[in-house]
Amino acid sequence: MAEPQRARPKPTPETQHFWDGTKAGELRLQRCDACAHVYFPPRPFCPSCASRKVSIFKASGKGFLYSYVINHRPAAPGFTPPYAIAVVELDEGPRMMSNIIDCPQTPEALELDMKLEVAFQALDDKITLPVFRPAKG
Amino acid sequence: MRRNQVAVVGAAETTELGVIPNASQLQLHADAALNAIADAGLKLSDIDGFATAVETPQQVCHYLGIKPTWVDGTSVGGCSFMLHVRHAAAAIEAGLCKTVLITHAESGKSMIGKLPRSTPPDSLNGQFEAPYGVYGPPSMFPIPVLRFMKTYSITHEQLASVAVVQREWAAKNPRAMMKDPITVADVFNSRMIAYPFRLLQCCLVTDGGGALILTSADRAKDFPRKPVYVMGTGESVETPMVSQMETFNSSRAFKTAGPLAFKEAGIAHGDIDHLMIYDAFAHLPLFGLGDLGFMPHEETGQFIAEGNTRPGGKLPLNTNGGGLSYMHSGMYGMYALQESVRQMRGIAPAQVPNARISVCHGVGGMFAASGTIVFTNER
Repeated sequence: MAEPQRARPKPTPETQHFWDGTKAGELRLQRCDACAHVYFPPRPFCPSCASRKVSIFKASGKGFLYSYVINHRPAAPGFTPPYAIAVVELDEGPRMMSNIIDCPQTPEALELDMKLEVAFQALDDKITLPVFRPAKG
Repeated sequence: MRRNQVAVVGAAETTELGVIPNASQLQLHADAALNAIADAGLKLSDIDGFATAVETPQQVCHYLGIKPTWVDGTSVGGCSFMLHVRHAAAAIEAGLCKTVLITHAESGKSMIGKLPRSTPPDSLNGQFEAPYGVYGPPSMFPIPVLRFMKTYSITHEQLASVAVVQREWAAKNPRAMMKDPITVADVFNSRMIAYPFRLLQCCLVTDGGGALILTSADRAKDFPRKPVYVMGTGESVETPMVSQMETFNSSRAFKTAGPLAFKEAGIAHGDIDHLMIYDAFAHLPLFGLGDLGFMPHEETGQFIAEGNTRPGGKLPLNTNGGGLSYMHSGMYGMYALQESVRQMRGIAPAQVPNARISVCHGVGGMFAASGTIVFTNER
C-alpha cells in the first residue's frame, strides 16, 4: 500500500495565479490599486477597501520567523516528526504558514525574528509549495 | 440587548461524562436535553425554540420530537453555545419564541455517529495551511504562543502553571476526568505534543454533552431552580486560518466579544466573582485575561503562577478543572456555561462563596470565533 501523501493544495480560479507563480519560481502577492494594501491569501478584491482593482506582483521572498510549533504527534501524513510548522511575516506585510528548510527543527535553531528567504519545493508536476530557509548573509 | 431580561431555567450535562461507548453522538444530545428538561420541570412540548452546533437543528429536533418556531444552527466551533445564548436571549426578547433549548454533544473519544472533520484541498485552509503539516488542533492552536511569550516575557514555567492550578480545581470535582494533583515538573515531564506544549498543556479528548433552557426573566421565577440571568453578551469572528490572525499578541475576536458583554452588563472587572475562559490549550487563559482587560498581557502568566486563580485566590478561574482536566469533547464551551450556571445557582462542587456575577468566555476554532456571556443570580 502506498504511503499516505502530504496534503496537496487544489487551486481555485481565485488562487491559480499564486500556484502558477510558485511553479515558475515566484512568490506572488496582490496589491490594491486603490489603497495600496498588500494582502494574502489571494482574492480578486481588496479586503481592506473592497476595490476590485487589484494587481498581482512578484514579492521579494524575504521575511522573518513570526512564530511556530514543532509538531511531534500526531504527525500529518507525509511528514516525519518532529517538524516545524511556521508562520512567516513577509517584508511586504502579509503573513503565511510554511515550513523551514535547511535548518534543524529545534527551538535552539529556530529563533523568532530570524531572517528567512523563500525556496520552492515541487510536490508534483502541478503543485510547488513556497517554503523558507534561513537567509544568507 | 437589555440586561437580565432572560434567564437560564434548566441546565444539565449528559448522565455520564468521559468515555461513553454505549451511545451515539445524537443520543448524547438527547440525553443532555432530557436531563435539562427534567431539571427545568418542563415537557419537550414546552420547547418552541432550539439551537445546536455541528449536528443540525433538524436532526436533533426530529430525534427529540421537538416542533420549534425558532431555530439557530450557528456553528462556529466550541463557543457556538455562547452565541446561541446570545441569540436566544434576543429571540425571546423579540417575542419569536418563549422557551429555548440549546444542546451540545460530541462523541469525541468513542467517535460513534460523529461526522469526520475534513479540510477540502481547494478551501483556503486546504491550500495555505494543510500542506505544511498541520494536523488537528494541537498542531494549530499553539502556533501563536511563542510570539506571545516573546512579546510579553511569558515563561514556560508560567504556562505550565496553568495546568497545575486547574488540576487543583479538578481535584474538588467528582465528575472531572483528571483529579490527581500535578506539579510544574510533571508538566515538563509529560510527552511533547507540539513544542512548546506538552501533553498536560493540551485538552482532554472525551465524550459527553450538555443542554441549557432559557426563558424570559418574568417567567423564570415560576421554575423550580434558582434563575440565572443573562446580564451581558458579546460575540465575534476573526479568521478560520490561525496563520492569518491580525496578531499573535492577542485575539481580535476575544477583544471584541468580551468588552461588548461587559458593557452590556454594565460591569467593571472588579465586579466579577467567577470566571471561565475556555482552555483548549494552556495559553488561552493568558490571552483571555489580557484581551478581556483584566490586566496587561505581560502580567497574565505571573498572575496565574502566583496562585491568584487557584481555589481561594482572588479571581477563581475555570473552577470545574477546565478543558485541561474536567472534560473536553471537542466543543467545550457548553461545559464552561454549565459551570457558570452551577456557580450562580450555588451548587458547584468547588463553589465560590457568595458569587453573584460569573463571566463565561469561549473560543471557537483556533482563535476563529469568540462568545462571552455574563451571568448573574441577582436581578
